[in-house]
Amino acid sequence: MLARRVIPCLDVANGRVVKGTKFLNLTDEGDPAELAERYAHEGADEIVFLDITAAHERRGTMLEVVRRTASRAFVPLTVGGGVRSVDEMRDVLRAGADKVSFNTAAVATPELLTACAERFGSQAVVCAVDARRLPREDGAQQRWEVVTHGGRRATDLYAVEWAVRAAELGAGELLVTSMDRDGTHSGFDTELLSAIATRVRVPVIASGGAAGPADFVTAVLDGKADAVLAASIFHRRMHSIAEVKAAMAAAGLPVRSIEEAVA
Amino acid sequence: MKRAVRVAVLDYGAANMVSITKALAAVGAEVRVAAGPTALAGVDAIVIPGVGAAAPAMVHLRERGLAEPIIEWAKAGRPCLGICLGLQLFFEASDEADAQALGLLGGRAVGLADAPTLPHIGWNTVDAVRPHPLFDGVPDGSHFYFVHSFAPAPSDESIVVARTTHGRPFVSAVAKGSLYGLQFHPEKSSEAGLRVLANFVGLVATAEAA
Repeated sequence: MLARRVIPCLDVANGRVVKGTKFLNLTDEGDPAELAERYAHEGADEIVFLDITAAHERRGTMLEVVRRTASRAFVPLTVGGGVRSVDEMRDVLRAGADKVSFNTAAVATPELLTACAERFGSQAVVCAVDARRLPREDGAQQRWEVVTHGGRRATDLYAVEWAVRAAELGAGELLVTSMDRDGTHSGFDTELLSAIATRVRVPVIASGGAAGPADFVTAVLDGKADAVLAASIFHRRMHSIAEVKAAMAAAGLPVRSIEEAVA
Repeated sequence: MKRAVRVAVLDYGAANMVSITKALAAVGAEVRVAAGPTALAGVDAIVIPGVGAAAPAMVHLRERGLAEPIIEWAKAGRPCLGICLGLQLFFEASDEADAQALGLLGGRAVGLADAPTLPHIGWNTVDAVRPHPLFDGVPDGSHFYFVHSFAPAPSDESIVVARTTHGRPFVSAVAKGSLYGLQFHPEKSSEAGLRVLANFVGLVATAEAA
């Protein structure tokens, strides 16, 4: 049975892991390759690197960080941030990544998802959807808007509709981040997650708001997420991957046991 | 055999070369990246890695002059490991864009039927159909990492080594003589994956010594 994944996310700026709150107030959390290797040994099912400086400072991707990590940690690696073309995606894959996540570039040029999926297969193409709640009108459905450029720019896209379209265009996975919850430790936006997960067939990764193991369970049971991502609770050792997986297993969710990672 | 097993990993454009080459090196192989047929001289085994779509992969293999040498290699009974797309290319064709493949094994790659999510991404259990030395030391039902939407449908059931269930069961490992195929990514499957690669390298060493 397919295990529900637990994914530590490393936000990387200038080659260092950083973490902020609602995408701001960044603090240094360590070396990306070292942290990634540590997480792989602790049972991480996958590692996500997001180059959060790339979109606005035009840094390109962290090929060297990816290369160093892929040489040491034999778990899947997803890289996002600043990839804008099929050729740039090829370079990231060749550095050792398994998937590339697109956000700003996909919003600007949706056909990029299709071109990359045709070239590398949809399983290698992740669309990151950064979503922010819109004021709810009386009696109307809750809606979310898509934000880009690390949360600095609003778009005229609705998150659920954009997620559905991204999957149709070729994204093989959706990384759904609630900007309202990001770094706040107030739990995942399960309403947003399930609104998307119930409308697509591709896996949905929940992101933004993890406070503790119980939130991972809720993201899967209520949010219908296939995988759950978190950053600061792991970096700051507030909770271990083992604790999270134990809580998921206790709730009856299939997980890859930690023992298999360190056999 | 005294010297390290020499493995050529075929580079045909889209595969994750870092992970597979580093993982093979981690289990003691001497690894060479082969972007053309001349790089195959003197190697003991070929690994065809795979991330990507079948049709462009076949185009790239042919453009680099690798398709015919692989077929000759396998027909000579020499060791060859196909991973994910590499395994699917062993068969006659793929339903993915109706691509023609290498035709080393009977059957074709077909889309996963009744899959609750597609692509099938993540860690799933690999259940032995029969014991095979590739899985020596790996507990039955261990998790391996999968990233794919297609899987082989062999015409010869006897080559099936393991199955995995996502919706319906599909073939996740095959072996026929010295031709080995894994639908999952051992180079991304942590300790269990490294063990399978070590077993492959061990099988190559045994074959060379014989």
